[in-house]
Amino acid sequence: MNNKSTLINELFLKDKLNTLSKEINIKKWDFGASVNNDISVQIDKGEPKQTKASQKSNITIRVWNSENLVGTTSTSDLSDVGLRKALNKALEASMFGNNNETPDFSKLSKTDLPLIKRPIRESVGITKLINLLIEAESDLINSHNSIKSVPYNGLSENRYERVYINSEGAVRHMLLTQASLYLFARAEENGRKPRSSGSIKLAHGVNELDINNCIKEAATRTIDHLDYHPITTGKYLVCFKPEAFLDLITAFSNIYNARSVIDGVSLSTKESIGNQVASEILSLSDNGLHKSNIGAFTFDGEGTPTQDIIIIKDGTLKNFIHSEATAREYGVNPTGHASIGAKASVSPDWPVISKSDGIVSLCPNLNFEKSKETFVLVENLNALHAGIKASQGSFSLPFDGWLVKNGMKKSIESATIAGDIISLLNNIIQIENKQFETHQGVSPHIWINELSITGDS
Amino acid sequence: MYVSLTKNNLNPNFLETHSIDDTFKKHLEELLSYGISAGADFVEIFIENIDNISLLAEQDTVTSVNPSIGKGIGIRAFLGKRDGFVSTNDFSESGLKFALDQALGMLGLEKITLNNESFEGLNNLKDFGKNKNQFLSDCPSLQESSKKILEATNHLRKYGPKLNVRRGSYSKTIQEVIVASSDGTFARDLRLYQSIGVNVLAADKKNRSSIGRRLGSSSQPRALIEWNADETAQEINESANKMLYAKYVNAGQMPAVLANKFGGVIFHEACGHLLETTQIERGTTPFEHKLNHQIANKAVTAIDEGLSEGAFGSISMDDEGMETQKTILIKNGVLKQFLSDRAGELRTGHARTGSGRRQSYAFAAASRMRNTYIEKGPYKVNELIESIDQGIYCKSMGGGSVGATGQFNFSVEEGYLIKNGKLTEPVKGATLIGEAIDIMPRISMCADDLDLAAGFCGSVSGNINVTVGQPHIKVDSITIGGR
Repeated sequence: MNNKSTLINELFLKDKLNTLSKEINIKKWDFGASVNNDISVQIDKGEPKQTKASQKSNITIRVWNSENLVGTTSTSDLSDVGLRKALNKALEASMFGNNNETPDFSKLSKTDLPLIKRPIRESVGITKLINLLIEAESDLINSHNSIKSVPYNGLSENRYERVYINSEGAVRHMLLTQASLYLFARAEENGRKPRSSGSIKLAHGVNELDINNCIKEAATRTIDHLDYHPITTGKYLVCFKPEAFLDLITAFSNIYNARSVIDGVSLSTKESIGNQVASEILSLSDNGLHKSNIGAFTFDGEGTPTQDIIIIKDGTLKNFIHSEATAREYGVNPTGHASIGAKASVSPDWPVISKSDGIVSLCPNLNFEKSKETFVLVENLNALHAGIKASQGSFSLPFDGWLVKNGMKKSIESATIAGDIISLLNNIIQIENKQFETHQGVSPHIWINELSITGDS
Repeated sequence: MYVSLTKNNLNPNFLETHSIDDTFKKHLEELLSYGISAGADFVEIFIENIDNISLLAEQDTVTSVNPSIGKGIGIRAFLGKRDGFVSTNDFSESGLKFALDQALGMLGLEKITLNNESFEGLNNLKDFGKNKNQFLSDCPSLQESSKKILEATNHLRKYGPKLNVRRGSYSKTIQEVIVASSDGTFARDLRLYQSIGVNVLAADKKNRSSIGRRLGSSSQPRALIEWNADETAQEINESANKMLYAKYVNAGQMPAVLANKFGGVIFHEACGHLLETTQIERGTTPFEHKLNHQIANKAVTAIDEGLSEGAFGSISMDDEGMETQKTILIKNGVLKQFLSDRAGELRTGHARTGSGRRQSYAFAAASRMRNTYIEKGPYKVNELIESIDQGIYCKSMGGGSVGATGQFNFSVEEGYLIKNGKLTEPVKGATLIGEAIDIMPRISMCADDLDLAAGFCGSVSGNINVTVGQPHIKVDSITIGGR
């Protein structure tokens, strides 16, 4: 296969839906379809353990009935039989459509898409994946005598295509390739509990993966926690590393999600736009087109172009992220953050956190590498799905990190950090200048005063 | 896109037609024979046809009805302890052949006739689903389902006028699976799962509380219709009101009483997963060499089974075609058995327990739990509480997780302080933190009120339906995360 050739024939699908919908008298419809080809390998002590491949297709069809109520159906069966059945089921579902909020086509579904440069890489094949991962596992184990195994590891390459088409002539199509590597090492020393940490890398293709840095980071993060100590329960000055803060801000994205606001499960209300929601040194945008977003798509599930949206500027809430329906409710344009559905969900793309221009923080000298203060450096937050109460604004999360005193780091054993997100955002006392690009967004190190930490001592 | 159905293809519409005829069987045998001839030690074909509908009601409106249908095939080949797995939606003859070639290629098997052993054909079909076809007609209609869910959100309003958000959700899945493998296994099952979720958010100025309940059943077509929505609404409102003005709990070490039903999620996550052979394969369980050793307090006997009638984790056969069974994991504190699937048996030597499960055709089966619970003990619930001077009662658990080194963290959705042997004020923000190897010996008392609760478990082979359970139990000392 040519690396630019596509698996979805969108014009064929469009014609097919046109024909089938006419047969059952559906005049208005749209659909999102995807095809995903994936290969992945796992290694166990120098031997391939499991290799996987998949070829999966899926289509979600929406139809509007004669009363303009919407029904949807998803199916992996793209035969005529499957599509006809899906259309009929969608029509049946439309009888139960919500007449208080009927979605429509995005008014941006036919505008020009942003131009982004994302290379399409050819598959390197299973043999190369296996050999690379065997080598990576070996290098990681050999990097320190306490690292005994790499129980969680995987190398994969993925080719993903998406289309959006509607009965009024919108046609969107995009193809991307992506490779990912994760290595999580396990270190053991006599009389001590095992420690585990790791690293994840993404790239457009396998040959561009930063394998050496993945190994180095996994080794360093694991070894750094070998000499662990309990921490006394109490309130601490805390510095969040970029990955940890991005986890937190993404988990509480209901603050700026219009769908959550309308549903009553957000910490914001419609009137919150223009309110101070964070320390004025914090600025946040959502930019799905950022160069570090390997999996960037130029349009969302409703065909709306992906955009760079300012969410918080100088601590003030400026915009929500929207679907077509929520944008119409608020009298603004959709922002390119929707899925396709009878009730489209809305989710952030790629958070970019920065220090506000021209604003001086309360503690401008705090620096995670140089500060002599006693503080907790939070490297990684765990169990987010259990410890986040998004609609209440509270969190209580186990974490990996260090207690830092006079510049000396000691790994912390089994501790939990807890707080309230609104208080946290308003108690930011320092945002460092340097931004780090991670596999989930962009952020500098961020400092908060007085956060509760529960330890084992 | 390329699913063109011709007479040479595997009939993908077997749910509608139940046409597992000789032609169908012959196609499967040809594929399996091809794989064995190429040199594979073992080849398995898993076929799935699924029909799901989910409803969401918010306040007094059905806001979303989402039907989804799908079908697919997972093909797995073994050579020694290695395996290759390929999944596809493409049922065409060429598509299936391509998938099998890919699986064989992963094992370095690219040319036929490396192996002289011949495949002797499939056994007669063992049809676990043959008496279950009434599922298709006895389940509630879309109209009945939406009416019942709206009835539930209406009850919530009746008992909780201050509730900001009232949500009811319902999901019904009919799944037909067929397993055909080169050891002759040829089995079919028809499964029905229904789940109901109810969630509320109560708010008063800056005070907020959110409470949820989930019910789930298998093989019971009328479960939704017979559900007592009024009773659930009363219970959930009572909890939401109590937690609305609760203060944050102080962190520290203290004894705890964990309620029955969903309280069992801690055992499931913190200990159950460590008893799956998948964890032995990875070297990530501290219990690997502890068979017949005391790993828990003598008060603890723990079971995993797929047999409880109507329970969400019950199955007639696992996703490798093996009949389900009852597995005693821990007897009076002594580790008795691990949960094992085909790959687990091959790689660790622990015999299969009918525990090979997967979310769908897109996942290879792995050793997974079914209905997992701690057996009831001799005590009354009040005896557990009265035995504690200062501690916490965890009436309702939220979710939780276990880290790569076995440390667990669970949120307490509804908690109360215990003072001088009595329940006192409600507290929020509590999390239970620990490691199974430390906590299991500290479960010193089990009450006599074993009950089960439905849930979903996400792991290496995807999200599957499970049941967790226990009676009220007392843990002598555990770390409580708070503020």
